[in-house]
Amino acid sequence: MSDPVRWTGSMPATRQQQQGSAPQPRNSGTDLADILERVLDKGIVIAGDIQINLLDIELLTIKLRLVVASVDRAKEMGIDWWERDPTLSSGHQELEEENRRLRERLEALERRGLPGAGDEEEAELDPVDEEAEPLDDEVEYAELHDEPEPDDAEPEAETAGRGNGDRSRRSAPRRRPAQRPGGRGTEGRGTEGRR
Amino acid sequence: MSDALSYVYAVGRDLTDADLVDLAGAGIGEGDPRLVVAGGLQAVVSDVPRDEFEALSLDDRLEDLGWLAATARAHHHVVDTVGGRRTIAPLSLATVYFDDDRVRGLLADGVAAFTAVLDRLDGRSEWGVKVSMRSGGERGDIPAERPKTGAEYLRARRQALREGDQAVSRAEADAEELDEAVRGVAVAARRHRPQEQSLTGRPERMVLNGAYLVDTTAADALTSLVASWADHPRVRVELTGPWVPYSFAALEGAS
Repeated sequence: MSDPVRWTGSMPATRQQQQGSAPQPRNSGTDLADILERVLDKGIVIAGDIQINLLDIELLTIKLRLVVASVDRAKEMGIDWWERDPTLSSGHQELEEENRRLRERLEALERRGLPGAGDEEEAELDPVDEEAEPLDDEVEYAELHDEPEPDDAEPEAETAGRGNGDRSRRSAPRRRPAQRPGGRGTEGRGTEGRR
Repeated sequence: MSDALSYVYAVGRDLTDADLVDLAGAGIGEGDPRLVVAGGLQAVVSDVPRDEFEALSLDDRLEDLGWLAATARAHHHVVDTVGGRRTIAPLSLATVYFDDDRVRGLLADGVAAFTAVLDRLDGRSEWGVKVSMRSGGERGDIPAERPKTGAEYLRARRQALREGDQAVSRAEADAEELDEAVRGVAVAARRHRPQEQSLTGRPERMVLNGAYLVDTTAADALTSLVASWADHPRVRVELTGPWVPYSFAALEGAS
């Protein structure tokens, strides 16, 4: 499990290249996703002597990132999602900045609306109006932008979390991915829940 | 009982040992692919360790993505290499028998069914056509100017989502058009589920993931058709193949 990707990387393709005589594999650059889609879901399905439950490709979708733990190999495969994932690259700062601004704004509002801040009626009434809207605002922002929050994980962290995931995976009934997402966010893989 | 099981990759009807050249050690678990022959058919088989493939452990193994990826690649490599030389009917991953006698039984019982599949696939290849939106338009972009109120923000957000929806519909219509055109040069077509962004590793949303069975003689027509879409303003088209026709290998009236 530790280096599956390297294992495939040094597969016969290399040997063939060395020999120089054999034809190139026809799909040498093929995505793992395309391969899995076909060998898992397609091909002639015959009940062999051993009954197996093939994984749902959808479930794989969720897990595939874990395979691609090696950055270099992943890039080779054309999978470099983290470079474009705002939670894992520079975009993160933007979100933090935004959160900071929102917190400030909220504090300012609370200060104005705080009971005891003033005994005058105006101080109690006026903020109510103004507050109603910004509160929505805050909720909305939270829904739309806060997802990345629990997701400080760098790719390494995801790999590290795998031990845990394996354990729960084994004990839980495994059919459907839908049973798990709740627990996943806390493992630092919140990005998958986003969509 | 031996400690090995017979793993079947594919079935053909005109395979010889020469078709397995340079596949030594390329099988699953570095096994050596060989032929098992019966009823005029040949199965490409290699030994796999019994403890890895026994029902219970196999279930766990399939959850082990590292193992799965390696196994899938080895399976595909053997199928793809032999399939590049002869017409074969690829089996889906992890079809395992207790021994070669059981595989011979499979071939003998399945002559008619396998022959029908091989007839259908002869001289043809599978090609994949994936169509994605050029930008991640589906979620809509948040306007550059920061909204002053929540209501304003929500309005802008709704607007952006609406525009995103329209962009998706347009891209889907484009994909339909291409699908229609590709079917024109194909013998058969199937739709796979569009791949999730997390699977493709790309931010663009996929709107078509089609598989097409194409005569070898029509391959050029297909590639130039797809190439003519290369500069399409709204969608990005990706062609994969030729594949051994996994997607068209179903047994009719399955056994």
